[in-house]
Amino acid sequence: MKLLVAVKRVVDYNVKVRVKSDKTGVETAGVKMSMNPFDEIAVEEAVRLKEKGVASEIVAVSIGVSQAQETIRTALAMGADRGVLVETDVAVEPLAVAKVLKALAEKEGAQIVVLGKQAIDDDMNATGQMLAALLGWPQGTFASKVEIADGTATVTREIDGGLETVALALPAVITADLRLNEPRYASLPNIMKARKKSIDMLKPEDLGVDVTPRLTTLSVSEPPVRKAGIKVPDVATLIEKLRNEAKVI
Amino acid sequence: MDIRYTKEQDAIRDGVKQICDGFDDKYWSDCDQEKRFPFEFHRAMADNGWLGITMPEEFGGANLGVTEAAIMMHEVACSAGGYSAASALHLNLFGPHAVVVFGTPEQKERMLTPLIKGTDRACFGVTEPDAGLDTTSITTFARKVEGGYRVTGRKIWTSSGQVANKIILLTRTTPKEDCKRPTDGMTLFYTDLDKTKIEVRRIPKMGRNAVDSNATFIDDYFIPDRDRIGEEGKGFHYILHSLNPERILVGIEAVGLGRGALARASNYARERKVFGRLIGQNQGIQHPLAENWAYLESAYWMIMRAAGLYDAGQPCGAEANAGKFLGGRAAFEACTRAVMTHGGMGYSTEYQVERLFRESILLRIAPITEQMILSFIAEKVLDLPKSY
Ligand SMILES: Cc1cc2nc3c(=O)[nH]c(=O)nc-3n(C[C@H](O)[C@H](O)[C@H](O)COP(=O)(O)OP(=O)(O)OC[C@H]3O[C@@H](n4cnc5c(N)ncnc54)[C@H](O)[C@@H]3O)c2cc1C
Ligand SMILES: Cc1cc2nc3c(=O)[nH]c(=O)nc-3n(C[C@H](O)[C@H](O)[C@H](O)COP(=O)(O)OP(=O)(O)OC[C@H]3O[C@@H](n4cnc5c(N)ncnc54)[C@H](O)[C@@H]3O)c2cc1C
Repeated sequence: MKLLVAVKRVVDYNVKVRVKSDKTGVETAGVKMSMNPFDEIAVEEAVRLKEKGVASEIVAVSIGVSQAQETIRTALAMGADRGVLVETDVAVEPLAVAKVLKALAEKEGAQIVVLGKQAIDDDMNATGQMLAALLGWPQGTFASKVEIADGTATVTREIDGGLETVALALPAVITADLRLNEPRYASLPNIMKARKKSIDMLKPEDLGVDVTPRLTTLSVSEPPVRKAGIKVPDVATLIEKLRNEAKVI
Repeated sequence: MDIRYTKEQDAIRDGVKQICDGFDDKYWSDCDQEKRFPFEFHRAMADNGWLGITMPEEFGGANLGVTEAAIMMHEVACSAGGYSAASALHLNLFGPHAVVVFGTPEQKERMLTPLIKGTDRACFGVTEPDAGLDTTSITTFARKVEGGYRVTGRKIWTSSGQVANKIILLTRTTPKEDCKRPTDGMTLFYTDLDKTKIEVRRIPKMGRNAVDSNATFIDDYFIPDRDRIGEEGKGFHYILHSLNPERILVGIEAVGLGRGALARASNYARERKVFGRLIGQNQGIQHPLAENWAYLESAYWMIMRAAGLYDAGQPCGAEANAGKFLGGRAAFEACTRAVMTHGGMGYSTEYQVERLFRESILLRIAPITEQMILSFIAEKVLDLPKSY
C-alpha cells in the first residue's frame, strides 16, 4: 500500500519570529527553516507503518518554493522512499494545497494520506479536512494512535475532554497530533541513503491546479506585550483580587 | 571558491544537534562532578551511525571527509557537553585511521566494525612520561617473540583508558640510537587493553572529567602478530597520517566549545540587570564578547580551510596546526570571558561556564602545545632554522 505524507517548510520552531516592518508578514530572510513539527510526526507514523509491513512505499510531498526540497530530504532521511516537490513561489493556502494533494493522491494511487494536524506558521488546521472532503475519503484528524488492519484504519483522536476512536474504511486521510509518536532522528546512514533517493519536480499546472491565493492579508502584527504580574502578600488578598478585580470567582 | 555548506552538511549538523539536545546541562554537569563517562550519549551517537562518519562504508561507516567530521564535532562541542562530549567520541574519527589505511582486510573487519557500532572503545597510547612531545624518544619496547611481541613500558595521559577495551599503542621495536632516522624503528599495534594484565591508573585532573586520563603500566604484555598494524618499524609514519585530521578536529572542537560559552555569556548579559540596566548594555561587557566572536569565527574558517585542503588531498600541515592554535586560544579567551561576564555566578557550578573554562585550557596543551605549533610554522612556513 502506498502512503503519501505532506511536509511543509516553515520557520524553525526555535526561531523568535519578527514581523516585517511593513506588516505584510513575518521575516523569513536569513531565518532558519525546518520541517513543520507535526509533519515530522506524520512522517514518523508513515515510516512506522512501513516498518510494520503495512505500507510498501512512502512518498513525501511538499508544495512551495524550491528550497522545500531540503524539507523533503529530511523526510527521505527519516525513511520516506521518494519525494515530490510541487514548486511554486505563491504563498499557498490550505485549499490550494488540498487540491494539489488530491491530484497527487489520485495520480499515485495512494491509500492513505498522512498530514500534520496544522502547520506552526499559519496554524490553519484545515488542509487535511479539506483534502478528505475533496477526495470524498473518511478522515481521522488529531490522531494520537493509528492501527491499520483489513482495509480499516482505527484512529484514536484527541478531542475536547477525552479520546474518540473511529474506524475508517481505506482509502483515508489522517492528521497527526502531538502525542502520536516521537519522531526519530535522521541517522547518518539514512542521511547518506537519502542522497540517492529521487525528488520529482512538478508545477501546480502539471496537476491542473490553480493555486492563486483567495485570501488577502490585511495586516500582521506582534502580539501585545505581556504585562508583568504582581505579587500579593497573602491568600486573602489573592482571593479578594480574583473576586473583585479579575471577577473570575 | 565556494564556502557554503552542502545540503548534506546541513543535514549532518541538524542530525547531530538533535541528539546532543537530548543531553542537557544537568547530565553533563553530573558526569563532570561524578567523573563518569557519558555512556548514554556515546550510545545514542553510535546507534545513529555517527561514530562511523569517516569510516569505510563496507564496515558500517559513511566514508565522509574530515570536513563533515569537523561539522559534526563542532556541533557536539557547542552542545551542553562541551569538550567532554567531543572527547567521548573523538578517537573514533581519526584514531583508527592507521587501521583504515594500512590494516589488512581481516583487521579492518575485526577492528573497525565494533568501533563503529560503539561496542568497542579504544584509547590512544602515544605520550610517555619521559618523552613528552619528543615522540621519537619513547621507550615502550616491543620485543619480538614467537607469534607476537612482549611489550614493556609506561604511557601517560591515555584518555578514556578506564572505559576502553582496546588500545592503539605506539612502541619501539628498535632502540632510537640504532635507527638511521629517529622516526624509524617504531611499531604500531591495535590490541586488547586487558586490565587484568595492564594497570590503568586514573590521573586526577582539572577538567574534562567525564572522560578519564590515565597512567598506563605495561609489563611483559603479550600482543599477537595479528594486532600489529602495517609493517614493523613504520609505526610513526602511520601515526603521522592521522595528525592533520586530529589537529583539525581538536581545533574545531575548541571553536565549538568557545561558541557554546559565548552563547551562554551573551544570554546572561541579555538578562542580568545591575545598576538599573542590563549588563549587556555596557560596552565593557559587549566589546570583549564581540571580540571573542570575531576570533572564534576566524579560527573556524581557518580550520575549515585546512579540512577542505585535506579532503582534496593537498598539503595542509600549516593550516591545520594554525587552526588548532587559533581555535585553542579563541576558545580559552571566550570561556574565560564567559566566566567573567557571569560575575560571581560564573564561578558557580550551576551556570556551567566554569566547567567549560576548565576544559578550555586543555585545548592549548593537548594533543600538541602552542609552542610546538609555532616552532612548526616557523620552520616549515617561514623557513627559519629548526629550534627543537
Ligand atoms: C587531559 C589530557 C589528555 C590527554 N590524552 C592523551 C591521549 O589520549 N593519548 C596520548 O598519547 N596523549 C594524551 N595526552 C598527552 C598530550 O598529548 C601531551 O600532554 C602533550 O603532547 C604535551 O606533552 P607533555 O605533557 O609531555 O609536555 P612536555 O613535552 O613535557 O612539554 C612541557 C612544556 O614545554 C614546552 N616545550 C617542550 N619542548 C619545547 C621546545 N623545543 N621549545 C619550546 N617549548 C617546548 C611544551 O610546549 C610545553 O609547554 C593528554 C594530555 C592531557 C593533559
Ligand atoms: C567564591 C565567592 C565568594 C564570595 N564571597 C562573598 C562574601 O563572603 N560576601 C559577600 O558579600 N559576597 C561574596 N561574593 C560575591 C562577590 O563579591 C560578587 O560576586 C561580585 O561582587 C560580583 O557581583 P555579581 O556576582 O553580582 O556580578 P554582577 O553585578 O551581576 O556583574 C556581572 C558582570 O557585569 C559586569 N558589570 C556590571 N555592571 C557593569 C557596568 N556598569 N559596566 C561594565 N561592566 C559591568 C561585572 O563587572 C561582571 O563582569 C563572593 C563571590 C564568589 C564567587
